[in-house]
Amino acid sequence: MTRRNRVLVLVAAVLVLAVVAVASVLHASARADRRNQAQPGGPRITAGTVALTGGGRMVFRNMAWGPHRDELTTVPASDPAGARTASKVKCLRFYAASGTGVCLQAVHGAMQDTYRAVILDARLKERAHYDVPGIPSRARVSPSGRFAAWTAFVGGDSYAGTNFSTRAAIVDTRTGKLTPSLEAYRIVKDGRTYRAADTNFWGVTFAADDRTFYATLATKGSTYLVRGDLRSRTVTTLHANVECPSLSPDGTRVAYKKRAKGLPKDAPWRLYVLDLRTLRETPLAERRSVDDQAVWRDDHTLVYALPGDYGADLYEVPADGTGTARRISTAAVSPVFLH
Amino acid sequence: MYVADSRASTTAPATSAEGAARPRAGRRRAAVAPTVLALGTVSLITDVSSEMVTAVLPLYLVAGLGLSPLGFGLLDGVYNGFSALVRLVGGHLADRGGGRHKWVAGFGYGLSAACKPLLLLAHTLTPIGLILAADRTGKGLRTAPRDALISLSSTPETRGRAFGVHRAMDTAGALLGPLAAFLILRATVDGYDAVFTVSFCVAVVGVLVLVLFVPGTSVKKANASASVQKANASPSVQKAADRPTLRAALALLRRRDLRRIAVCALLLGLATVSDSFVYLLLQRRLGVPDRWFALLPLGTAAAFLLLAVPLGRLADRLGRWRVFLAGHGALLLAYGLLLSSWHGTALPYAVLVLHGCFYAATDGVLMAAASDSVPEELRSSGLALVQTGQALARFVCSLGFGAAWTLWGDRSALTLAAAALAGCAAVSFLLRPAPIAKAPA
Repeated sequence: MTRRNRVLVLVAAVLVLAVVAVASVLHASARADRRNQAQPGGPRITAGTVALTGGGRMVFRNMAWGPHRDELTTVPASDPAGARTASKVKCLRFYAASGTGVCLQAVHGAMQDTYRAVILDARLKERAHYDVPGIPSRARVSPSGRFAAWTAFVGGDSYAGTNFSTRAAIVDTRTGKLTPSLEAYRIVKDGRTYRAADTNFWGVTFAADDRTFYATLATKGSTYLVRGDLRSRTVTTLHANVECPSLSPDGTRVAYKKRAKGLPKDAPWRLYVLDLRTLRETPLAERRSVDDQAVWRDDHTLVYALPGDYGADLYEVPADGTGTARRISTAAVSPVFLH
Repeated sequence: MYVADSRASTTAPATSAEGAARPRAGRRRAAVAPTVLALGTVSLITDVSSEMVTAVLPLYLVAGLGLSPLGFGLLDGVYNGFSALVRLVGGHLADRGGGRHKWVAGFGYGLSAACKPLLLLAHTLTPIGLILAADRTGKGLRTAPRDALISLSSTPETRGRAFGVHRAMDTAGALLGPLAAFLILRATVDGYDAVFTVSFCVAVVGVLVLVLFVPGTSVKKANASASVQKANASPSVQKAADRPTLRAALALLRRRDLRRIAVCALLLGLATVSDSFVYLLLQRRLGVPDRWFALLPLGTAAAFLLLAVPLGRLADRLGRWRVFLAGHGALLLAYGLLLSSWHGTALPYAVLVLHGCFYAATDGVLMAAASDSVPEELRSSGLALVQTGQALARFVCSLGFGAAWTLWGDRSALTLAAAALAGCAAVSFLLRPAPIAKAPA
């Protein structure tokens, strides 16, 4: 083939491929426009006031297509599938307790997205914000509203790699003191101080005393439930194969996802409840793999997200292993029940 | 000029086939060979494609699919070691039959390109892991034949520059990829499918440029050079020169120069702390704000991009080993800065520039140096051997560094690494292939 012909072949191929590439971008951006239109048959959503006080309500991130996509939205807890009130505040993940909220947001920059954790007051006004070093996933506030915690997946630890690590941060919302990574805490494993470069923490959940918390510790390919102490800055391992713990309102049990044997690698988790006194595990009636930090609706019921048509739907299941799972809301994620 | 090794020095300077084909008189200022530019273009385009995917993958897994990427990290370890072996296979296959470099490299590029549209279909961790494993297999297969092609198409005295140009173009692609992905995500909402489709189109262009504009290595030329090298080669290598076999590739290690290069690369690799640890240390010791963390690798890449060509040229003039060792000196200096009590605002920049300088002075320069010691018909296998040795040594260093960090803390671990690096550099200096550089003409 002559040089001229080779150039012609290349130019022709580049033109064809450019058309394909541009078409795929246009298709994706047109889809974006459609997503900004409310879909017929979707939940009814109106703009309004959302507050973090007053009981009997559920607040969550609305995933339904339309102008209020990704906004914090509220419904009556007794009618989670009912009409939604949206707040204009957009969050990827959210949690709240006693009038304090934590909202993990993306900040769209010129060159890349960055993320931050915003502490909200009861009227969703910003009180403070903190940098989050990666893609945020879990968020929690202590029952008193004093402490907030979040977890981020940090890439960039390895250039062009696909390995991820996590950073779990805790902030005292009263003093503003931030612990950017739980890796600063002393780890006590099997009664002894444990050190390793490969420790990762995620999924913090707080007890009512504003001193105790629980979280996942991963090291050397295993995960552990740890009990943390905010004053002595230590964490102590309690139980193996526990991820994303969630402490019950009465403080006696932890709901979590457990890697069960014989399940496919891409869907390895089952929901369990661990009795903290006896360390007895109870499998729940949900038979699907759940990759979420479950929320206790009350001392007897758990609520969690599973992938759905609009990203995620919310389900509930009894906490004692009985009954069946049932869907309570579509196009919703990161629920919190205000008491 | 730089006289590569004892083989070249026993004969007249630059009597290898490449030297004869491209007389060095008046070539010093000449641009690099068209083949090198073509291969650089292929790498640039391919890196745009692959880094587009790498940049959005975590976001896609967490925000797009709602998976937690931790499970993915488990799969990652499985095929890390695999890609080192694939590299040896690619190197060997390219040498068999007298220079099939272009087609083995082309298969590697093609395999990676074919993986991109498959990402559109995969929605769970296992298939995504398998697709990325195939992608890496393609990368492993193509690397050694490509580097062999670069060295075969440039004269010995401009090889450092040729590799410098290639690495600079490669890194430019790695920097442009995430930018392209980000612009697409900006123009769309959840446009991951568009990112994967565009990445595929870009990868196909890369393969086409390779197929259309990179000449295949001619058997005739390889045979011609074989006859030149027979005069000086040991009997076992002489036999190998007739028909490259796996045994012949391993017999390469009996060549004193290549063995020394491999041992030096291995030793220095054992003291090269992996990038992720450098960035972590930078953040911990200097308190780099969290939001800048993801940008640290970009700083290294930018310095690599800017310094690859000048340091490659310097390697041609001063001697590859001097520049290669000086590059490790830059890394040692970076370790020293991380350990020092100086906490100025310029420190992160200084460390990243030194880190990029280390890559610019070692990555392509090592391949240029190794090329001097491997006969043409085994070039690809020889380069693969050195690369694999270095990669495995760095992997061992990562494990050791992690253990030292666990036992004694980050500061002691880095002090240990710095001491090991200084020691290995001293040994490498003594082991360096003789005779080393003469003053430039």
